[in-house]
Amino acid sequence: MNKQAFPFAQTASSVSNLTPSRRDMLKGAAAGLIISFTFAPMARALAAVTPAKKDFEANAFVRIAPDNTVTVIIKHLEMGQGVYTGLPTIVAEELDADWSQMRAESAPANAELYKNLAFGMQGTGGSTAIANSYDQLRKAGATARAMLVEAAAKEWKVPAADIVVKKGVISHASSNHTATFGQMAEKAAALTPPADVKLKDPKDFTLIGTVLPRMDNVAKTTGTAIFALDIVRPGMVYASIAHPPRFGGKMKRVDDTAAKKIKGVIAVVPISTGVAVVADSFWTAKQARDALQITWDDSKAEKRGTAELTAEYKALAKTPGQSARKEGNAAEAMKKAAKTVDTEFEFPFLAHAPMEPLDATVEFKDGACEVWAGSQFQTVDQGNVAKALGIKPEQVTIHTLLAGGSFGRRANFTSDYITEAAEIAKSLPNGTPVKLIWTREDDIKGGKYRPMYVHSMKAGLDDKGNVIAWTHRIVGQSIMKGTPFQGQPGSVDATSVEGAANLPYDLPNIDVEIHTTDIGVPILWWRSVGSTHNSYATEVFTDMVAKAAGKDPYAFRQALLDKHPRHKAVLDLAAQKAGWGSALPKDTARGIAVAEAFGSFVAQVAEVSRDAKGKIKVERIVCAVDCGVAINPDMIRAQMEGGIGYGLGAIMKGAITLKDGVVEQSNFDSYDVLRIDEMPKVEVYIVSSGTAPTGVGEPGVPPVGPAVANAIFALTGKPITQLPFNKKALSS
Amino acid sequence: MSISFELNGQAVTVDVDPEMPLLWAIREKAGLTGTKFGCGIAQCGACTVHIDGIASRSCSTPVSAVAGAKITTIEGLSGKTAQAVQASWQKLNVVQCGYCQSGQIMSAVALLSTTPKPTNDDIDNAMNGNICRCATYHRIREAIHDAAKSL
Repeated sequence: MNKQAFPFAQTASSVSNLTPSRRDMLKGAAAGLIISFTFAPMARALAAVTPAKKDFEANAFVRIAPDNTVTVIIKHLEMGQGVYTGLPTIVAEELDADWSQMRAESAPANAELYKNLAFGMQGTGGSTAIANSYDQLRKAGATARAMLVEAAAKEWKVPAADIVVKKGVISHASSNHTATFGQMAEKAAALTPPADVKLKDPKDFTLIGTVLPRMDNVAKTTGTAIFALDIVRPGMVYASIAHPPRFGGKMKRVDDTAAKKIKGVIAVVPISTGVAVVADSFWTAKQARDALQITWDDSKAEKRGTAELTAEYKALAKTPGQSARKEGNAAEAMKKAAKTVDTEFEFPFLAHAPMEPLDATVEFKDGACEVWAGSQFQTVDQGNVAKALGIKPEQVTIHTLLAGGSFGRRANFTSDYITEAAEIAKSLPNGTPVKLIWTREDDIKGGKYRPMYVHSMKAGLDDKGNVIAWTHRIVGQSIMKGTPFQGQPGSVDATSVEGAANLPYDLPNIDVEIHTTDIGVPILWWRSVGSTHNSYATEVFTDMVAKAAGKDPYAFRQALLDKHPRHKAVLDLAAQKAGWGSALPKDTARGIAVAEAFGSFVAQVAEVSRDAKGKIKVERIVCAVDCGVAINPDMIRAQMEGGIGYGLGAIMKGAITLKDGVVEQSNFDSYDVLRIDEMPKVEVYIVSSGTAPTGVGEPGVPPVGPAVANAIFALTGKPITQLPFNKKALSS
Repeated sequence: MSISFELNGQAVTVDVDPEMPLLWAIREKAGLTGTKFGCGIAQCGACTVHIDGIASRSCSTPVSAVAGAKITTIEGLSGKTAQAVQASWQKLNVVQCGYCQSGQIMSAVALLSTTPKPTNDDIDNAMNGNICRCATYHRIREAIHDAAKSL
C-alpha cells in the first residue's frame, strides 16, 4: 500500500493529561507536523504508542505493530456517524482482537485500494459505509488472523488448527505457548496472505452487537481532536472569499483599495467563483473581504424568488409528468371512486449547515499538491484540484481529517471550497500553504441545498373505504442530473422519487410522476435525499386517506404491508413500544410513520402536546429500526437520535428562501435549527436480524416529519402540507 | 496593540487588532484549536470559553475586552466538575462529529459550577445557546444529569 508517515501529533501529555501546558500546545501547533491521526478508545492506550518499525501490514486495511496495536485504515470520512468505531469493530471481530488495542486511521486518497464498493470511487454517502465494508473488512480481519496463527504455528511447531485466538492473545494449550499480536507481527509480515479465509459464524460474534465506546470519545471531549479547521502549516496564510449575491453571477469589477489598506492583507485574488482575500489571519482576511467593492454581472444569474418558483411549480403540478411508477389504471379507477382525497405539499430549500463551516488547507509546491480537508469524495476532490492546478490527480495528496458534520454537503461534484482553496494556492508563491474558511454566512448563502419541491397527491376510495387509486406528482430539480451518477439521459432520477415510487402499501392503481425542473439554484443531497420530502408527502397523505376511510392510521398501514414484512415489523415494534392506542393526557396525541431508506427500515411514533396558548411540543419519539446485523447498537441508537433531531429541526423551522434570486437567510439567527429545549425524549428499539448490515446515518430522518405532522393532524384535524411547520400558525 | 491576559493559567500577550475576536487570538495566536468557529455572531456556542469563570462566546468578544482577565479553554479545563463532565460525556458516547462539543462541555461545566443539581429546565436554559447539528441533545442532557450525580 501507499504508506505515508504517521507521526503522532497527540503527545502523551496532550492526551492523557487534560491540562497540557500551553507550551506543549504551542509546540504542537507551530511544528506543523499534524498530518494524520490515530484514534484510540482510551487515552492511556494511545500514550503507550511508540513509532513503528516492523509493522505487519496484513492488507490495505489492517496494520499490526510490534507494540501490539491494531490499526484499521478507514476509507470513509468520519463526520460523526461513527465509522472510526464501527469499521474497526468488524475487523476486531474477525481478528479476535481486544477492543483496547484497536486504532483507527484515515486512509489516503487512493481509489484503487479504498473505493467505496457501492460507488466505484473513494467517497462516503448514501449510508453505505458499513454496508459496503462489511464483507471487505471481515475478510481483512480474518486474513490477518490467519497469518498471525500461521506465524505462531511455525514458531511453536504446532498445528495451526490447535491454536486459539481470544481477546488479542494467541495461545496453544498443550504446549503452553501464548503470544500477543505484537509479538507475532514481524513473523506474520514475512508470510504470504492466504487466498481464502473462513469467516466466523455470526452466532460466534463477541464484539459485533455489543456496546463499545467510540474511538474518538477522548479526543472530542478534551479539545484535542483535529478537524480540518485546526490544521496549521508553517508559513500558512488565511483566505476569505466574496461570492456573488445571486447564483450564476460573475465578478465584473473589483475595487480593492480599502481592503488592501488593512494591515496584514497579503493579496486580493479574483478566482472563478468570486474574489478571494489572503491575509496573515482569518479575521483580517474577512475584514478585508467585507471591504471589497465589487460590481457583479448578474446577466446570467438566477433572479427568481421563492414566490415565483412556487407558482411555477404549482402550475406544473397540474400537468402530467414523466412516469416513475405505473400500476393498473389510476385515472380510470379514480373516476369510480365513491370519495376522493387530494392535497398539495410545499417543501422549501434546506441548507445542511454542518457545525464546522466549509474549510480546506491547500499547499501547492513544485507541481504537487497537498490538501487537508474533511474530504467526503476523495476521488472527485483529487480530480477537481488537479484540474484547477493543471496537474494529474495522482499528484494531489489528500489528508482526510475529521469533519465537523456534513449531512451530504462535503460530497459534491465541484468540490467547491476545496477547488477554491486550490485556485488561491496557485496564485501564491510556490509552496505557500493557504487555509480557506467559509463564514457561516457563506455557508447559508452558498447554495447546494436540498431542492424545493411541490407535490400534488390524490387518492380514490370505494364505498367501503378501500383505496382504489393513488396518484402522486412531484415537481423539482434533479440532484443527479449532470453528475457522473446520472442514469440514461432522459431517465427518471431515482433520488427524486425515492420514498414515493417505492410506496410499500399494497394498492391496486398507482401513478407516480415527476416534473424535473431546471433552475439556477445549486442543489445537493441532504441527509436521506429524496426521502426527506417524498416520505413526508406519502406518510402525511396516508393519514389523510386513513381518516377519510375512517380507519386508525396504524391499523390502516398494517393491513397494506403484508408484502413488506420488514416495514411491518418495525411499524409493529414502534406501535407496541409507544403504547399505540392507550390513553394519553388531554391535548396530547400520537402520530405514526414508516419509511425505508438505503435498505434500512425505520418506523417512528411521535407524541405531541399542545399547551393553552396553542404551542405545540414534541414530547417523545419512539423509534424502531431494522438495519440488518447491528454492528454497534449504541451507535445505531445515536444515529437514530441524531437523525430525528436533524429532521425535526428542518420540518419545524428550516427554510432557505429567495427574493429576486438573493437568499434571505444568512446565519443561525435567520436559518433557525433545532436547539436542546426542542429535543424530545427518544427511545430506540433495534430489530434483531441476521441480514447483511445496512446504513443508519440517514434512515432515521424520513419518518420523524410525518410522524410529528400526523400527531398534530390527530390533535388539530388539520394536515400540515407546507413546510416548515412554523410557516403557518399551529394554534389554529 | 499589545493585550495581556491569562490563558489556562499562563500569562499571554498578543499583538493584534484590538477588535479581533478572542476566538481568533486563541486559535491563531496562542495556537489552541479546541475552541471552534461556528457562526461568528454568538448564536451557536461552538466558541464558548470561560472568562473569569463565566461561559462566554469568544467569537463575539473583542480581545481588548479581556485585558487582564482569566480565560479558560477546553484545553485548560481542570477540577472535579470538569472531569466529571468529560467522564460522563465519554461514558454515554455523547459525541458524534464532535465539533460543537468543546463549547457544549464549557457550558455544561459552567452550569454545574453554579447549579450542582440542575433540572431539565435548568439544562435547557443553560445549554440553549449551544447548537449541535448532530442533535446529540438527548445525550447531553443525560450526561449532565450523570455528571451531577457523580459529584
